Amino acid sequence: MIKSERILSGIEAFALPLLALTVSMFLFGIFVMLAGANPGEVFALMYKGAFGTSFSIQNTLQRAAPLILAALCTALPAHLGMVIIGGEGALVMGGLASVAAALALPDGTTPLILQTVMVLTGMAAGGFWIGLSGALRHYRGVNETISSLLLTYIAIAILNHMVSGPMRDPASLNKPSTMPIGDENMIGTLPGMDVHWGLVFGIVFCIITYILMYRTTFGFAARMVGGNARAAAISGLPVGRLLIVTCVIAGAATGLAGAIEVAAVHGAANAPLAAGYGYTGILIAFLARQNPLAVIPVAILLGGIDASGGLLQRRLDLPDATVFVLQGIIFVVILASETLFGRFKIFKPKEAA
Amino acid sequence: MEAADLGLWSVPLAIFAGAIRVSTPFLFVSLGECLTERSGRINLGLEGTLVMGAMSAYAISYLTGSPWLGVLVAGVVGSGFGFLHAIICNMPRVNDIALGIALMLFGTGLAFFLGKDFIQPQAPNLPAIPFGWWSDISQIRSALDINVLFIIGVLLTPAIAFFLKRTRSGMILRTVGDSEDAARAMGFSVARVRMLATMAGGFLAGVGGSFLSLYYPGSWSEGLSSGQGITAVALVIFARWNPLYCFYASLLFGGAGALGPALQAVGITSGYYLLNAAPYILTLVIMIAASSSSRRLAGAPGELSVTR
Repeated sequence: MIKSERILSGIEAFALPLLALTVSMFLFGIFVMLAGANPGEVFALMYKGAFGTSFSIQNTLQRAAPLILAALCTALPAHLGMVIIGGEGALVMGGLASVAAALALPDGTTPLILQTVMVLTGMAAGGFWIGLSGALRHYRGVNETISSLLLTYIAIAILNHMVSGPMRDPASLNKPSTMPIGDENMIGTLPGMDVHWGLVFGIVFCIITYILMYRTTFGFAARMVGGNARAAAISGLPVGRLLIVTCVIAGAATGLAGAIEVAAVHGAANAPLAAGYGYTGILIAFLARQNPLAVIPVAILLGGIDASGGLLQRRLDLPDATVFVLQGIIFVVILASETLFGRFKIFKPKEAA
Repeated sequence: MEAADLGLWSVPLAIFAGAIRVSTPFLFVSLGECLTERSGRINLGLEGTLVMGAMSAYAISYLTGSPWLGVLVAGVVGSGFGFLHAIICNMPRVNDIALGIALMLFGTGLAFFLGKDFIQPQAPNLPAIPFGWWSDISQIRSALDINVLFIIGVLLTPAIAFFLKRTRSGMILRTVGDSEDAARAMGFSVARVRMLATMAGGFLAGVGGSFLSLYYPGSWSEGLSSGQGITAVALVIFARWNPLYCFYASLLFGGAGALGPALQAVGITSGYYLLNAAPYILTLVIMIAASSSSRRLAGAPGELSVTR
């Protein structure tokens, strides 16, 4: 009986977001119709831009890599009842720190060592940034949602400051940038594809954190804090440590995304590092119902929507913000659909009747 | 009228003028959010409302030639967003913080989409009142050109404080914010009160947005808001949900925000970006100082989720 209940609630967790997604697409169809475009044409182009050709699939996967990691920034702390929205800041700090570390290494360091150092410093910086939000919440009772967002604005200011001042490459005139890490040190692509290794990092990180959250005592304790923090504290769980460690892991995932963006895409730290992956990551986490494994397909879907924006702009002359509107609609509808959980009899075990 | 050489005196003057300019959107958003939070709900979506307000005000002002009509429409659009937030949050099991983030993304996305055509043309701006007519020095005159919306905000502050403290409706709003059970027992509709409070908050945030596009910086662009909407939400917590403190806090934040440009004007450019982050750093420091892990914040509405 317990088992059938679990399966049914699993189906519910899958079916309701799917329903919400369908409703969002419908609303978006009405929206583009009002904007004077043909919804059928828009959807066909979106599919083509996201998954239609092997080029677009690779473009989609390329974008999905940082999104997967950025989504973990919101998804993991959510298991402890925290709403962290500072992924963009952790990504920026991770990218910036990884460049600083790479540039500090002596000339002649082998690419593998340099990349390892970049990845580790990126994770450390991102972990520190979100860990700060967790620590402030635990030790000072500062709301983590607002503090993580403020930290994001501060991180972007630090990035702009470093890139246009102390760390600026004098050769970068129009687009201030740090010194490049060097072509020979860039992280390469997966064999036979045009997608860089970041995707693998992201998927591995999701699997590890899924096991951590659902198959270990640490995860059990963490989810208990999310269920009832006071009860968890009374039963002797180290609530503060669980809170901060989870935030550090979440931030490390996103800091890693920043390091990879630098080491595999940009080659240096500059303003485009803050490309909004952190904000899309929040949406992905909610759409995936905070489940690290579900994050992977949802991130690929959202990466696809992201990737199709350019095609919509070129072919239908729709503004590039069209995909933001769609993301916004999906986000609002998904949250509204939360109210439907537990309302449908078909998802309840028969025996209850 | 010559520009006199004021030397370093131009820095405090520029900060004074900048504080009034920069604080106006903070003032409107924080007064609006103060009403919403006093009813026991937090609307983080005001950042999106602010951007939507800025875009719609500019578009209406450009199309009709009347900036005041733009301000009004911005307010109406803002209360529309407030309405959306309220009806969805009134459904059970919906998290008001998460929905606020969603509406923030939706509002900015929609504003960028609809505002594409209004980036280039110049729309008529809001007027300023020249309080500096008595002075011969042009910097003082320009510093004392006070915008009308700021004056409205100054008048609105005691009005909202009076509303919350002394009127029956204000009392109902506070009751709903402090205890849902008490409010229900007295026969008030929690959902309806919160809806009205969120719509009023959205209206003010929309007006705050119209200031950005119609006065300072005075044109519509996608980089118009740099998080003022979200900072203002944090500012309300710092102001302990008191409209008068919201006013002082807005001035303080405005002054902090004006620091970077003021120093840049006299040639101090190093650390420009870091100085721009001053309001956020200030907010964070204040929240750290004001919060405590062991007790609730003084003055916090009992039903407010962020302070639990």
